[in-house]
Amino acid sequence: MSAPERFLERLTARRAEDPSWVAARRQAGAARFEALGFPTRRDEEWKYTDVRRIAEGDFALATDAGYDAEGFEVQRLELDAYRLVLVDGVFSAELSRLEGLPAGVVVEPLSQALADNHEAVGGSLGRLAGVDFSPFTALNTAFADEGVVVRLSPGTVVDKPIYVLMLSRAGGQPVMSHPRVLIEAGARSEATVVEHYTGEPEAANFTNVVTEVLLERSAIVDHYKLQETGSSDMHVASIHVEQARDSRFASFNLHLGGALVRNDLVADLNAEGAETTYNGLFFVQGRQHVDNHTLVNHNAPRTFSNENYKGILDERSHGVFNGKVFVKKDAQQIEAYQNNANLLLSDRAEIDTKPELVIYADDVKCSHGATTGQLDEEAVYALRTRGIDEPMARALLTLAFAGEVMERVKLNAVAERVERAVAGRLPERFNLADLVETAEAVQES
Amino acid sequence: MLEVKDLHVTVEDKAILKGLNLTVNAGEVHAIMGPNGAGKSTLSAVIAGKDGYEVTQGTILFEGQDVLEMEIEERARAGLLLGFQYPIEIPGVKNIYLLKAALNAARAARGEGEIPAPEFMKLVREKSAQMKMDTSFLQRAVNEGFSGGEKKRNEILQMLVLQPKLAMLDEIDSGLDIDAMKVVAEGVNSLRSADRAILMVTHYQRLLNHIEPDRVHVLVDGRIAKSGDKDLALELEARGYDWVLEESVA
Repeated sequence: MSAPERFLERLTARRAEDPSWVAARRQAGAARFEALGFPTRRDEEWKYTDVRRIAEGDFALATDAGYDAEGFEVQRLELDAYRLVLVDGVFSAELSRLEGLPAGVVVEPLSQALADNHEAVGGSLGRLAGVDFSPFTALNTAFADEGVVVRLSPGTVVDKPIYVLMLSRAGGQPVMSHPRVLIEAGARSEATVVEHYTGEPEAANFTNVVTEVLLERSAIVDHYKLQETGSSDMHVASIHVEQARDSRFASFNLHLGGALVRNDLVADLNAEGAETTYNGLFFVQGRQHVDNHTLVNHNAPRTFSNENYKGILDERSHGVFNGKVFVKKDAQQIEAYQNNANLLLSDRAEIDTKPELVIYADDVKCSHGATTGQLDEEAVYALRTRGIDEPMARALLTLAFAGEVMERVKLNAVAERVERAVAGRLPERFNLADLVETAEAVQES
Repeated sequence: MLEVKDLHVTVEDKAILKGLNLTVNAGEVHAIMGPNGAGKSTLSAVIAGKDGYEVTQGTILFEGQDVLEMEIEERARAGLLLGFQYPIEIPGVKNIYLLKAALNAARAARGEGEIPAPEFMKLVREKSAQMKMDTSFLQRAVNEGFSGGEKKRNEILQMLVLQPKLAMLDEIDSGLDIDAMKVVAEGVNSLRSADRAILMVTHYQRLLNHIEPDRVHVLVDGRIAKSGDKDLALELEARGYDWVLEESVA
């Protein structure tokens, strides 16, 4: 039996009460996945990322959403938010907190959306993430029966972040999950959505998630993805974004965990005034592997993109950054900026970085840059001469490197989690929000 | 407070200091002068613990402790602080964070807890005003985009916040115009006290018009060739260094 066959065999155990259009898509996904097979390093898009660890795995499907209560409290973010929790891809009503959602906002598990009103999601689900995007998208399409649907009516501003927590369990046979996240932001609506991947440190599961974000005219969406699963977990994700006129999308793609992580981020800027910002930070150590592929399609004139990805690599970790900006013919007066900087904390860490600009218009402003370096030892010394010990000096400088990305992170709980992971031992928020407030207060007095 | 005995230092196998002796007592201000290449900056760099300097002979004691056995950060926490001739830029690390981390490190070393935020802000605001630095400097990365004069004022600001027992100033006057010089000198003078000492390394006498030393030493060829009071600096200004060199050979 081939690897794709072995994976698809698990499908037969699935229930068959899907609406017919869902069943048809599942079949199409399965057929596509079977035809494509798992990618290999001969595929240009997968040149630096070997997925054999996934292909050779034997992953079951989880059937319950039980989770250790103590672990949950430690792992979840301290966020005042509407929360929806999946455990190994299974919805947990017990851990979710969805009450009090304002009018005009729907946040529900995909299973419920399909059961209650499947026509409403039928038009959007899969529109951006087709089965041809990658074998993993096809695989996800074949399996996805759980996930999250977020729908914002025109003009709705959500007062709190929408927090999607995906937990990965350890013990027993490794499992796979194929969650699907759909975010539909109506005209002039505003929301912050956090996708958070964490779990038991020993977990060795395979998560294959697909996220679609549709922004109608003048909608504003901040999308956070914080990936901090244990060092044996495998994670493949693609985020697909479509933007209408004057919409604003910001992605915060923060990767700290996992053994093997591949993340694709694609935004289509389809009408004038659409603006997208990609903020990325990955911090890897041990033998972790993180691959970020990003793409911005400037399909219309006067669209804007700004991308800043930073990588910090320690020990024998491996990072990949591939950032592509595509400017369609006649998409004049666009602006596209891209920057990728990497910090190697060890001689044995490796980064493969490749910026790509493909421009078919002539009146554009584009720039890109990629740098890789080490910590400035002179700066380490300078800090030590002020009494700051060496680990703290290195932590400060490492965080300073991440600073440009981190200072855009508006959610304190997220920033704190990342800063602690990167710096290890900082006593408090690096940017010292409270201190800044005190400074301002003192200044005013 | 500081006792340097028979100090020999080589840099890349070249002898720079060749038997330097120096004693600085609490309450005193010392100036070390001398021609270029005499080893003036080497002395303060060795005391601060910079890499690349090999001590082949001699001792440095600070309040009876063997400085050469201490880590760089331990020296600072013990109260030994060096103001750099060329302060480096540290992109991304805010001035205020450097100050707070440094101050808390020193407090921790003394067994004290972290300084409360309001108290800290009051302190740095006061000291910034003293150095005629706008509080916006506190939110900027250390020395990033600062002018030469601003960098030097920032060095003194760190001293004022951290209150070292022994402040070493390496050519703190270089690159300063007369107004900045006055601000820097006033900052340094405010550090003077009976339980503190200041060790200045300078090439020019003009700094000493603003910060009056108790003792002036002339460093020639790796040794202190002559010591005197502040009048020695004036004599050096008038006569240059050659006569000291001739005297010391003779």
